[in-house]
Amino acid sequence: MRRFVQLYAALDRTGSTTAKRDAIAAYLHDAPPDDATWAVYVLGGGKLRRLASATELRQATREATGYPDWLVEESYAHVGDLAEAIALLLPSGASGDDAALHVWMEDRLPGLARLDPATRVAQLRSWWQALPTDEVYLLNKLITGALRVGVSRRLVVQALAQWSQLPTDLIAHRLSGDWTPGAASLAALAQPAEDDAHRAHRPYPFFLASPLEAPVESLGERDKWLAEWKWDGIRAQLMRRDDQAQLWSRGEERLDGRFPEIEQAACTLPAGCVLDGEILAWDGAASAPRPFTALQKRIGKLKPGAKLLAETPVRFMAYDLLEQDGADLRERPLRERRERLATLLEGMPPTLLLSPAADTDGWAALTQLREQSRERHTEGLMLKRLDSPYRVGRRRGDWWKWKVDPYTLDAVLIYAQSGHGRRAGLFTDYTFGVWDRGHLVPVAKAYSGLDDAEIARLDAWVRAHTLERFGPVRSVEPEHVFELAYEAIQRSSRHKSGVAVRFPRILRWRTDLSIRDADRLEDLKRMAEG
Amino acid sequence: MPDLLLDPRPEGLYCPAGGFYIDPAEPVAQAVVTHAHGDHARQGNARYHVARAGLGLMRERLGEPAAIEAYDYGEAFTLGEVQVSLHPSGHMLGAAQIRMEHAGNVAVVSGDYKREPDPTCAAFEPVPCDTFVTESTFGLPVYRWPPMTQVIDELLAWWDDCARRKVSAVLFCYALGKAQRLLAELAPRIDRVIYLHGALLRLTELYREAGVALPATQPLEEHARGAALAGELVLAPPSAAGSPWMRRFPNASTGFASGWMQIRGNRRRRGYDRGFVVSDHADWDGLVHSVRDSGARRVYVTHGDGHALVRYLREHGHDALPLAALGA
Ligand SMILES: [Zn+2]
Ligand SMILES: [Zn+2]
Repeated sequence: MRRFVQLYAALDRTGSTTAKRDAIAAYLHDAPPDDATWAVYVLGGGKLRRLASATELRQATREATGYPDWLVEESYAHVGDLAEAIALLLPSGASGDDAALHVWMEDRLPGLARLDPATRVAQLRSWWQALPTDEVYLLNKLITGALRVGVSRRLVVQALAQWSQLPTDLIAHRLSGDWTPGAASLAALAQPAEDDAHRAHRPYPFFLASPLEAPVESLGERDKWLAEWKWDGIRAQLMRRDDQAQLWSRGEERLDGRFPEIEQAACTLPAGCVLDGEILAWDGAASAPRPFTALQKRIGKLKPGAKLLAETPVRFMAYDLLEQDGADLRERPLRERRERLATLLEGMPPTLLLSPAADTDGWAALTQLREQSRERHTEGLMLKRLDSPYRVGRRRGDWWKWKVDPYTLDAVLIYAQSGHGRRAGLFTDYTFGVWDRGHLVPVAKAYSGLDDAEIARLDAWVRAHTLERFGPVRSVEPEHVFELAYEAIQRSSRHKSGVAVRFPRILRWRTDLSIRDADRLEDLKRMAEG
Repeated sequence: MPDLLLDPRPEGLYCPAGGFYIDPAEPVAQAVVTHAHGDHARQGNARYHVARAGLGLMRERLGEPAAIEAYDYGEAFTLGEVQVSLHPSGHMLGAAQIRMEHAGNVAVVSGDYKREPDPTCAAFEPVPCDTFVTESTFGLPVYRWPPMTQVIDELLAWWDDCARRKVSAVLFCYALGKAQRLLAELAPRIDRVIYLHGALLRLTELYREAGVALPATQPLEEHARGAALAGELVLAPPSAAGSPWMRRFPNASTGFASGWMQIRGNRRRRGYDRGFVVSDHADWDGLVHSVRDSGARRVYVTHGDGHALVRYLREHGHDALPLAALGA
């Protein structure tokens, strides 16, 4: 694992994408294929599941260090990352164990999952004992399954392309879907000619839109663009190949059996086509989808029962056609793909919908139409260049998401907790309250939205104005007011306040407001009604 | 009964029986100063008492006219009714712990200290006492320092890498203490000249005058720019990071030497290319061992968020409190 730890250190050290790509490509050159394939898997976000629980990791840490529970927790809160906190708490071991990465990934770690809890804790301790701090850290990262080293899937694809001398799109395609690590699969990735045998079982890499920040007029002529509603559902590819229909989510996960009504409807499509679109909760004759919260009832269900299927039916809103009659259409212009899609969907069951174009003359009319986004239960508009191909990943220029402005509320900071990742050790996770009969009641948690200087200032203030500690959480003097943006407010019996604020984030620190100016719970409740 | 040796006041930690303050923040008549760092040695006091090893640095910090009495480590002197002596704290050149004895009671204020060896100063000396005041800058067990040889290996590997890529290696570190310790640690391992930012020149000279062996250094003069600095190691204070001063390096890799670099989140947040874990403060083990070594019945914790250290010490049978609690 030494060589992989060195790669990790090199990736962690540099912010430059070029340097990262070079480091990965160099590793692919050096490492034996059965290790390299696991490196690709792990860096691309792959993880082994349910190896050991956080509770077991903590127990092993307490046993190995002799530190009490609270001290391990304080350390974790300070560091912000359990894998790292443990590595720093343990005495550094000798580097006596240099088992290969694939041995860890194929034998040792899967074996860990099969042990009984007590043996598992003992096993962790004995591994830790034989490894130096940086290797313990990486091992813990593999176990907790969050490597986060500033490497995107796209970057892994680029490094593979650089190493194999193949086009990135081809690598991305081969890597998507049910690609599994193994020495042979690395060779397959790097194989020069397209091998169609495997394609049948893989979705295309998704093309992702970027947020539109510039004025919409800057996009040029209106009629060069397709405008559609931005649906608030689950992005998916619907594949109809051979005799089966498959749904794949953006996480490149097969959704088999979760949305049987869509799979059933898809069987009426001609074989050899792939649609890109959105799964939405939608009642029979309604003119708009139901809010995302309705769809949430279906997301977790592997095999929905008849009752749930009747209460919360779903539909597939198609907006692109990537393959037809077995031919890859992605290089064809969107205009043509849309036309083919519309023809294809004619006469299909209502479960398969065509995402309608938001037809307006000029940008001003479109801007006005966008005002209806919320009542239509959409997040805003999508703008797609009509002559663009279907690209891979998030590439700016051809697809824009133009979301509606969020709702806002003013709330008082009442609790703070240390953050994780880049902001570990700083108080960056905040809980905000609004007034309810003279008391501040918590209504929202938010993590992002402040710049580094504001975070540093607030962090120092929190430390100096702590009222009480509850483990890693501190209650602070009510003094600072923040403007929060959110997507929706709903009545909720699971929240003490009686309302749930969806997707809150910090818009700005309102130093101009006093805590008396913060919003009142009764107003939030009224908004939840409406 | 009020404590006759220790009384935290707004001006600083006061010794009632001796009529003096330790590292006062406001001007007072009698100041015993642990070391020359800016948050400990301040101008404006009528009379100073310091360790002789740090006299040169104190003069530089406090100004030539300041009335400074200097003492050898271990030499006893009397202030008011208190017998005082200064003992090495291992923090930097001339840094001292202050031992105070009155009516058979001994209190030791450690000031800033570390237990790791440091070629620029005398090693920390455990001083038995009844009351021990410890710092707690790094008061969590995630802070345990790697051996200095390992850090210097990493630093040299980074310098080599920069030389290979023809970029300057700019290492940020505190101008007083940290910079000279790094130079002294590098001395036996290199035969190349190291460039210094202007803020480091005079302080480094004072270390040389005090007899500390340092490698060849060269001021980074106004005209030393561009390609001439490719592959060179440059030491600079953290305040120079992101300042116009950096413009002289067309290509530079930046590093920061600090105990805070132990945490990955800190390394990433600070925006330096590399972090090197070097601290002149005690790590967790150093704090706990020093409390144990002192044999003190009562321990006060100050300088940093010490609540975890206080709780840990209490759970291990020490009568520990935050120093602030003494005044309250
Ligand atoms: Zn200091
Ligand atoms: Zn200090």
